[in-house]
Amino acid sequence: MTQKNRFETGGQIDRESLHKFTFDGKSYTGHAGDTLASALLANGVRLMGRSFKYHRPRGVLTAGSEEPNALVELRGGARQEPNTRATTIELYDRLFAKSQNRLGSLKFDLLAINDRLSNFLTAGFYYKTFMWPAAFWEKLYEPIIRHAAGLGSLSLKEDPDVYDKGFLHCDLLIIGAGPSGLAAALTAGRAGADVILADEDFRMGGRLNSESYALGDMSGADWAAATVAELASLPNVRLMARTTVIGAFDHGIYGAVERVSDHLREPQPDKPRQILWRIYTKRTILAAGATERPIAFDNNDRPGIMLASALRTYANRFAVAADKRVAIFTNNDDGHRTATDLQAQGIKIAAVVDVRADAPRSADYEVLHGEVVDTKGRLGLTFAELKLTDGSSRTLECGALGMSGGWNPNVHMTCHQRGRPTWNADLAAFVPGEALPAGMTVAGAALGDLSTAGALSGGVKAAQSALDLSGQGPDLPQAEDAPINIKPFWYVEGCSRAWLDPQNDVTVKDVKLSHQEGFRSVEHLKRYTTLGMATDQGKTSNMGGLAIMAEFAGKTIPEVGTTIFRPPYTPTAIGAFGGRHRGQEFHPKRLTPSHAWAEERGAVFVEAGNWLRAQWFPLPGETTWRESVDREVLATRGSAGVCDVTTLGKVDVQGTDAAEFLNKIYCNGFAKLAVGKTRYGLMLREDGIAMDDGTAARLADDHFVVTTTTANALPVYRHMEFVRQCLFPDMDVQLISTTEAWAQYAVAGPNSRKVLEKIVDQDISDEAFPFMACANITVCGGLRARLFRISFSGELAYEIAVPTAYGDALIRRIMDEGAEFDITPYGTEALGVMRIEKGHAAGNELNGTTTAQNLGMGRMVSKKKDSIGSVLSEREGLNTDTDLRQIGIKPVDPSASVPAGAHLMKLTGPISAAEDQGYVTSACYSPNLGHAIALGFLQNGSERMGERIRLVSPLTGVETEVEIVSAHFIDPEGDRLRA
Amino acid sequence: MIIDHPLLGPRDASEFTYMGDASLIDRPDWQSETAARDFYEYGYLRDNPAGWHDELWFHEAGDRSWLVVTRNTVTHEISKVALARDVARARGRSK
Amino acid sequence: MHDLIPSTALGGSTPRTDTFPHVTLSENDGLALASVAARLGREADCHGHLSALLGRVPGPGQAVLRDPEAGFWMGPEQWMIGAPSASQELLAEDLKARFGDSASITEQSGGWVCFDLIGPGMVDVMERLCAAPVRRMQAGDAQRTVIHQLGCFVIRREDPNHLRILGPRASAGTLHHALVTAARATA
Repeated sequence: MTQKNRFETGGQIDRESLHKFTFDGKSYTGHAGDTLASALLANGVRLMGRSFKYHRPRGVLTAGSEEPNALVELRGGARQEPNTRATTIELYDRLFAKSQNRLGSLKFDLLAINDRLSNFLTAGFYYKTFMWPAAFWEKLYEPIIRHAAGLGSLSLKEDPDVYDKGFLHCDLLIIGAGPSGLAAALTAGRAGADVILADEDFRMGGRLNSESYALGDMSGADWAAATVAELASLPNVRLMARTTVIGAFDHGIYGAVERVSDHLREPQPDKPRQILWRIYTKRTILAAGATERPIAFDNNDRPGIMLASALRTYANRFAVAADKRVAIFTNNDDGHRTATDLQAQGIKIAAVVDVRADAPRSADYEVLHGEVVDTKGRLGLTFAELKLTDGSSRTLECGALGMSGGWNPNVHMTCHQRGRPTWNADLAAFVPGEALPAGMTVAGAALGDLSTAGALSGGVKAAQSALDLSGQGPDLPQAEDAPINIKPFWYVEGCSRAWLDPQNDVTVKDVKLSHQEGFRSVEHLKRYTTLGMATDQGKTSNMGGLAIMAEFAGKTIPEVGTTIFRPPYTPTAIGAFGGRHRGQEFHPKRLTPSHAWAEERGAVFVEAGNWLRAQWFPLPGETTWRESVDREVLATRGSAGVCDVTTLGKVDVQGTDAAEFLNKIYCNGFAKLAVGKTRYGLMLREDGIAMDDGTAARLADDHFVVTTTTANALPVYRHMEFVRQCLFPDMDVQLISTTEAWAQYAVAGPNSRKVLEKIVDQDISDEAFPFMACANITVCGGLRARLFRISFSGELAYEIAVPTAYGDALIRRIMDEGAEFDITPYGTEALGVMRIEKGHAAGNELNGTTTAQNLGMGRMVSKKKDSIGSVLSEREGLNTDTDLRQIGIKPVDPSASVPAGAHLMKLTGPISAAEDQGYVTSACYSPNLGHAIALGFLQNGSERMGERIRLVSPLTGVETEVEIVSAHFIDPEGDRLRA
Repeated sequence: MIIDHPLLGPRDASEFTYMGDASLIDRPDWQSETAARDFYEYGYLRDNPAGWHDELWFHEAGDRSWLVVTRNTVTHEISKVALARDVARARGRSK
Repeated sequence: MHDLIPSTALGGSTPRTDTFPHVTLSENDGLALASVAARLGREADCHGHLSALLGRVPGPGQAVLRDPEAGFWMGPEQWMIGAPSASQELLAEDLKARFGDSASITEQSGGWVCFDLIGPGMVDVMERLCAAPVRRMQAGDAQRTVIHQLGCFVIRREDPNHLRILGPRASAGTLHHALVTAARATA
């Protein structure tokens, strides 16, 4: 098919490169440099979509990112992207797009019946209609409405593309590469500043590419191209086309999305589709230009009716006539420029309809004083109905109608830090207010300087003031400097189905209705009618709605005020915010030094913090995890087991006040701990609740190694630094984390010493190295190592640490040397079983609500010294007779199971929260005892040993009689530890 | 946000962990007659101003300094940043 | 002499190298590390030892790039010292002897993975990874920053195309993946 609406010459398109593309199954051609919208118009396609609510036929309204109407589904398969603006899609070869929001074909949309029902589907329709019965909403109304309304559809497949994040630093960020942005960039770039110039378009130049007037002796587009070429040659200037600055955040941080691959059929291998840049800048110039606004009259939404400036863009930049016969409806001089430009391209101007009595006359086309009051044309504009000031009516035949209602400066980014725009009566528009984001200057049309000359000089001045430059700045070319002479005109008197927000299908009638129903605040108007709440954030519609609301309310526009804009400036793919952090890369993995070895043995891993820890090590023939875990527990208690405990947090504490410092952070005393000894320590929060526990080993008078639980390593370290820096700033103590510096293994079981004696170079007999001893040692003939005789399992046990690089070698050596004792690797599950059997509290018990008292460690809280939490731990409320105490639980029926999370109640009586006496924190099957066991908290539990009570779990349907016992199920005297 | 670290210069707030009111530096004397009341007030009674506020921030992904950041909670403007250790010393915590 | 064979942070027996058109990423397995923190009231003594060792005391955000020992500032009155592990595996013990009780010395050799990223595309790779202004950093600048949620040190070396990255050793695989991914994306 030929491009019947394409001019023979002109435009910034590459006629040599022919792109074939498909829209709604039909093939067309276009050129490099086209957008999908310009290519469709070139092919005479005006109808591009159906509207949100009424399924009205819609064409393109604009030529930029403010487009509310021409939304399409771009690409197919998993890359299908809904609600993509045809006006910003850069045409590429074999592009594939579909219209959306239709049932049947675009031309014969079966849901167009909604348009006939429009009397019912007005503002607040959903609120009013679907109130009753409530249950119907979810099951009936919502699915039907969702099916009928709405825009594009999702592929429901995983996004095959990747997204990057990136970070940039500059002295000056310039947002927008139109005349003011380019002039600013030239000024700053030549002065040597680090400049980033970002523009959402794929071709820099802004309106210069869309206008016919000259800059000096060049066309605007040529001047833009020459300027961009100079900027590109400056090493201190980074040009970022296809990059939308989406938000202004605190302290000079901006978000920007660079569309790296959206102009390609698919991204190149390993390359991202888009990059979300975080730009740190000292100063910013907002040169985002201005957006023309439409005028409301009946049926102003037919395909072919668009912004007058868009008609110019299509003609000048893309060499496309929207139609051969065009009418203009304007309230300012800018509308006349469109007529002149189009006529110069050989397009017939049906007439320029101007609401101003003093409208400029023209010898080239007819100027009518009056208004467009209605239009005709089922799938596209055919006639415009006029009402002239002299009282006469007239019908204009035209296939396109340009609306020119004045220009709104693009103040969006000035509002992102809660700035409010102010009203400028001369422009009949909001301009940037006083309170701008820190470091921001506004220039050009975004500031309200709507002439090209004003934009150029404004850009230079903005750069000079932002960077404190003096002097002339670059020589600027001669440029047009005409005023726009606007007469505010928002809507045609008496109109009703006149569209303000075509994307959300909000009409003048809806605004009127909302006013009648009492929605007087602009925020309420917005939410009740949904005006401006579509994906375009009302870039073309808000102003009209405000003006009409003000008129109904008998107020001025500044009295009514405006809603403010929030990031992102244009719709942004969620994938861009995720970046590379998805799937397996959602967060970092931490691997222990024995990871490869554990993998070789088929270990099943569990995430703990970011660590991957071996949960159990299944052997061939084992069919359930319980089989493996029971075996690991019995083997360890029977002979010897080994477990990787590298993940425990480790903090090196040194200094002459190290012991005194530990006295502060632990509730129990450390000052008198002998060198070469280790002690259990309980840390409280200042409010008296237990925070974490671990051990501190005294390697020297002024040197301790503190361990924390795996999960709390970071917060505990932070807390320790707080105590050191903020509470006791003049203690001589130094901290540093050594968690990952050491590979650490627990070797446990009655034969653990025999295993280690084969590895450790020093004497580790019970006499030389008794329970709770610690020392710097060497292993395997001289490797520096640390040994701690501590036990979580309740067995004779050690923890041995070597520098991480030797962790893999050491675990293999331990296994080799332990083979004669059938040493068994055990995972976190077996570790958990053994600590429950021993009654050791862990994260389930130190759960952020329990005190030392609750944990049965009340007497550990020293009253003789100051420690964090000691004062508030004595609060009355934490020390009552009915306090929870940690207890052991065993089922009366040995075959019964005991779920963690179950609650404890009297043997008889109701099951209710009021009857609650405690709860189960940890539970497991004990292979040593042959039945389930559990730890929990029970009111006054320490005084209730032997009592029978009921364990209930309404969630899992369990109700079992249990006996309260000591939490120390195995070896309560601790003989094994000291063996 | 950007926090102007007294030693390292401007750093992204994402490198920091926030704790709250810098009055947490003023931990009461555990041996005072009114210690129970003092610690209760220290732990639970804090101002929550809409406006200027001295806050504790920890440079977790940085040099591990605790900072006292004077920040306007309404505008996020930051007027002063100091090492918490210096602040603590100035408030008489050297003992 | 002991007979345990060390493995590299990425788990291999030899360090790994990945080559791209614009950068080369090498795991550097030859670094012994130890931290030095001045004792309270002994700062002057500690600084004296640092100067003797490095030539000067690295200030905030600074490194001294020097053979065989190099060092960079980690925090107030705290530094990381690095040296070739082949000759100075017992760096922490040596430093303890040198600094006496003027500083707290902690072995850090096992805590870190070290990568050298070298090539004309180095800055482009780093712009996709961290907020540190690598392009603006000068030789001898050392910053702690966040790469893929991991706290890392980045150090600009004398060669303007060379960046040294120290990251948490347990996450060496994640850090390597992030670096390789960014290298591919910018190749």
